[in-house]
Amino acid sequence: MESVIERIQKGNFWQFHGGIHPPEQKFLTCTKPIASAQIPEQLIIPIRQHIGQAGDLIVSVGDKVLKGQILSVGDNPMSLPIHAPTSGTVTAIKLMAIPHPSGLRETCLILTPDGEDTWQQRHICPDFQLLSKGKILEKIVNAGIAGMGGAGFPTQVKVSTLAKIEYLIINAAECEPYITADDLLIQEHSPTILDGIKILDHLLAPQNILIGIEDNKAKAIETLQKATADIDHIQVCVIPTKYPSGGEKQLIKILTGQEVPSGVLPSSLGMVMQNVATCFAIADAVINDTPLIKRVVTVSGQALDKPQNVWALIGTPVGYLTEQCGYSNSHDKHLIMGGPMMGFSLANDQIPVIKTTNCILAPSEIEIASPFSSTSSKEVECIRCGQCADVCPAQLLPQELQWSAKAKDQPQLEKLNLFDCIECGACAYVCPSQIPLVHYYRVAKAEIRQQKLLDIKAEKAKVRFEARKLRLEREKIAREEKHKKAAEARKARMNAGTPAAKSEKSAVAAALARVKAKKAQAGSNQDIVSQADSSVEQIDDNKSQVANAIARAKAKKLAQKSQTPISTADAEQDTDNAAIAPKAQPVVTDKKAKVAAAIAKAKKRQATEQASNSDTQVLSTEETTPVSATSGAVQEPITDEKSQLPINKKAKVAAAIAKAKARAKAKKETDGNINAQPSSTSTDKPTVVPAQEQYTLAAVASNKATVTLHTETPVAISPVNKTATASDERKKKVAAAIAKAKAKKLVEKTQQASPSTSEVKISESDSKPTTEAAIAANKKARVAAAIAKAKAKKLAASSDKSQPSE
Amino acid sequence: MAFWIASSPHNHQQSETSALMRMVIYATIPGIFAQWYFFGWGNLIHIALAVATAFVAEFTVLSLRKKKITTQLFDGSAILTAVLLGISLPALAPWWITIIGSLFAIVVVKQLYGGLGHNPFNPAMAAYVMLLISFPVQMTLWQPPLSLLAMDIQLADTLSVIFTGYTPQGYSVEQIRTHIDGFTMATPLDTVKTNLTQGFTVLESMKAPTIGKYFGLGWEWINAGFLLGGLFLLSKKSIHWTTPVSFLSSLFICSFIAFIISPDSSASTMFHWFTGATMLGAFFILTDPVSGATSVKGRLIFGALAGLLVYLIRKFGGYPDAIAFAVLLCNMAAPLIDQYTRPRTYGHKLGAKK
Repeated sequence: MESVIERIQKGNFWQFHGGIHPPEQKFLTCTKPIASAQIPEQLIIPIRQHIGQAGDLIVSVGDKVLKGQILSVGDNPMSLPIHAPTSGTVTAIKLMAIPHPSGLRETCLILTPDGEDTWQQRHICPDFQLLSKGKILEKIVNAGIAGMGGAGFPTQVKVSTLAKIEYLIINAAECEPYITADDLLIQEHSPTILDGIKILDHLLAPQNILIGIEDNKAKAIETLQKATADIDHIQVCVIPTKYPSGGEKQLIKILTGQEVPSGVLPSSLGMVMQNVATCFAIADAVINDTPLIKRVVTVSGQALDKPQNVWALIGTPVGYLTEQCGYSNSHDKHLIMGGPMMGFSLANDQIPVIKTTNCILAPSEIEIASPFSSTSSKEVECIRCGQCADVCPAQLLPQELQWSAKAKDQPQLEKLNLFDCIECGACAYVCPSQIPLVHYYRVAKAEIRQQKLLDIKAEKAKVRFEARKLRLEREKIAREEKHKKAAEARKARMNAGTPAAKSEKSAVAAALARVKAKKAQAGSNQDIVSQADSSVEQIDDNKSQVANAIARAKAKKLAQKSQTPISTADAEQDTDNAAIAPKAQPVVTDKKAKVAAAIAKAKKRQATEQASNSDTQVLSTEETTPVSATSGAVQEPITDEKSQLPINKKAKVAAAIAKAKARAKAKKETDGNINAQPSSTSTDKPTVVPAQEQYTLAAVASNKATVTLHTETPVAISPVNKTATASDERKKKVAAAIAKAKAKKLVEKTQQASPSTSEVKISESDSKPTTEAAIAANKKARVAAAIAKAKAKKLAASSDKSQPSE
Repeated sequence: MAFWIASSPHNHQQSETSALMRMVIYATIPGIFAQWYFFGWGNLIHIALAVATAFVAEFTVLSLRKKKITTQLFDGSAILTAVLLGISLPALAPWWITIIGSLFAIVVVKQLYGGLGHNPFNPAMAAYVMLLISFPVQMTLWQPPLSLLAMDIQLADTLSVIFTGYTPQGYSVEQIRTHIDGFTMATPLDTVKTNLTQGFTVLESMKAPTIGKYFGLGWEWINAGFLLGGLFLLSKKSIHWTTPVSFLSSLFICSFIAFIISPDSSASTMFHWFTGATMLGAFFILTDPVSGATSVKGRLIFGALAGLLVYLIRKFGGYPDAIAFAVLLCNMAAPLIDQYTRPRTYGHKLGAKK
């Protein structure tokens, strides 16, 4: 098989798939010499003019700069510096529209030339062979050279490749219609271009250098052939004119028959491609120490009087160039930067020429129909003629891509290799349905990129969220651990028996009591809710509940306070209310049971007051179980059958009155008891008695309330007035509760004395007799508390309690 | 002062779908002329009827679908469908056959599927098959070439037959079709098929008056006319060469193999090429881009499949000609063919290439 070079020497080239032959229109400019650069009034220099990052500006507004002076630096390999194209003053640094299809605004440096065009100090280097490779690369970087064919890839990245290079391909194909910038550059500056090629040769040491040029540039071909005649390993490859042979991948295919694998740079195949204009810039930079500050721009189109190539300073506004070339079309302007196939429309004529700008096209209406004219935008349905697939240089299926793009079927688009589309525009050019295919692909590509960004974001968010969840979980465990430890420590401390431990215990007990009270309230709350319908009532009811709860809680506190000395076991039992049954302790924890027990106690007390009232503890322990059983039994029928209610009520009232009487007597007895106890002091006596009297009064008051309640209950049962009476009922209850609470407070006050004394005593000595005494005192307090609680309960829950007493 | 913002490419070769359609319609002229020369006014009347109906149908449906009537009505696709349908119908078929066929083609096959570019089947062929199955008697009233007819049929006679069923002289279609010797004349394909069932060899069948000198009196010239039109389209690159080439070669190869195996019971390759609707199908029906395959490889398969199907149905099927059936079957296969004949994208699967 013949080698690539043999084939090329014979003029046999490979072919890339597809391609088109749009009208070339190069005759407009290809015969005229390149006009010299004029200095416009103002230069707009975007700080980023290539693919990659912008450098950091090192000048500020008001600075005077010399021609060729560096304006920005960057340390990133993908960042390139910019230079002052002429001497002048930096008048502004601001966001301006940049030459990009999007028309976005980016930071630009505005330079007002002084007209002197004074160069900075330059170091001419006539023989680059004397320079080291590193030095040459440095010069290329400092000159800010990017690929000048269109994409603007930083040149030093390409030429500093470590891969072994077989072919250095110089791209002079210039396949886009109208553009003749490279053609003219070759014609006029072939020695400099050759110097640039030699520098690249020196840097990359390729086996062969191929200059690809389309056969429609006779003069340039001749010039190149003459210039390279005496260099063996440079081949001028005259390839057939076909768009887009100037595409990197397409030119590689034409010249070497190889395809660049998707997603890989040509250097992996041992190839590097450079544009001729880039070669010129490299030579200029290395030899003449001239940074990239000007370039050849084809200003063409039939709307111009004098279409021509011009040396334009980087930053020259497009309008300045078209004006110089005689742009007369005053309205409905249509300016394209780049060629007609891949260029983009400009939003205004103040957009500057940048390093990659090779053409400004000002077409007439006949050449390129504007989007506003009647002959344009005649997009009709695709008829699947397949002409687009025939011309696609990437061998894609444009019509299928189009269907998928319209349907936003992103997986299918990627399956059809949308991202291998080079946007050459051949498909849209031939489409008989005049579908702007490339536009659909651009939109689809942008959407897919956007979607990918979102996916990445979502993925990150997910990771973050999961990390957070883990952290919270960890923290929770740590917290629980800490709490457990703290609880254990506390328990240990409490069991230690120090005074501090005791006070802590009582605090814990109080807290538990509060919790219990709340629970009980919740229980009774449910009862009431089941009877009452409206929320208003519920609020009222809640109020009464609250009052009740407060009363109860206070009672509890009292009880607990006096209980504390007995044992910690007691307190613990209170904590697990539900699990009380298995415990052997006769302490009543169930509220209702307690209440019932209290009532029963009261009754019992009444009955046995003459006989034995000294040992209350025995009484309570004896009665606890049966009473709680009955109270449970009583509750059921009441909730089920409302007809029983009046009976209940009556019974209750009767019971209450009886109880009140009994209590009054019982209290007297208790007073006596208290006096009898060794622990209680005689000073207690005067205060206690009035307190008890007060309590009795309160009880009577509450009884009254219950009586009134009773008189109204029959009405309450009738379905018509239910709600109204129910709320009345609540009010009554609230009143009763308040009364009770007050009474309880008093009781509390009087009771405070005995527990405190008992406590003091316990702290003095832990001997048994004292403890027993304390228990006795405590019992009394509990009884009082239980009574108070019973009252509260009675009113809170509109049923129960009376039955067992009868 | 406004600046235009447009997406690249900014220039266009200025081709249009409607121009493409017009080109195809012009290319049918030689074939239609041959039809007129050998078979009289019948098909021209049918074409006119079909076009008028198609116009009305297209206008109505486009209005209902609230589409741009001006551009879509004149894109030529409906006219082309109507022309192709008119060409395929028997010359003396009654007028309502054309009306029904045209309506079906435009309203059901084309517009109900979403209009131009969305129809999975070739509208003209789908309508033809519908008519053939629904009205077998009317759809097989093939008129023999004028030179074989016992009576002269002028434009007025043809019109009268198409609209009333009788000539002004009172002859029915059956009578027109009857040879002087008293037998009904059919198409060459039909003749061969019938004769084969009656035990005649193909060679003997070739002596039948309807066959004439070569492969079918009149039919060979009609096919030549469509071939000429097809070559014109190829030269204008209005159609892609792949489908006709692969279809004709496939038909050629099939008939050649059969002819080698059994020359007595098989017609020659050229007989298959130049009778029936072969050339019309090859250049005007199968090349319909909408309902065909799109890639080069896909089109080659598409054409070859059609050729095979045409041969099989002509040889073993119940109908003398098979273009319409073959086309519809291939239309069904087209998406599948496309699925499996995607070209290798540049820079992809480089290993597989070598």
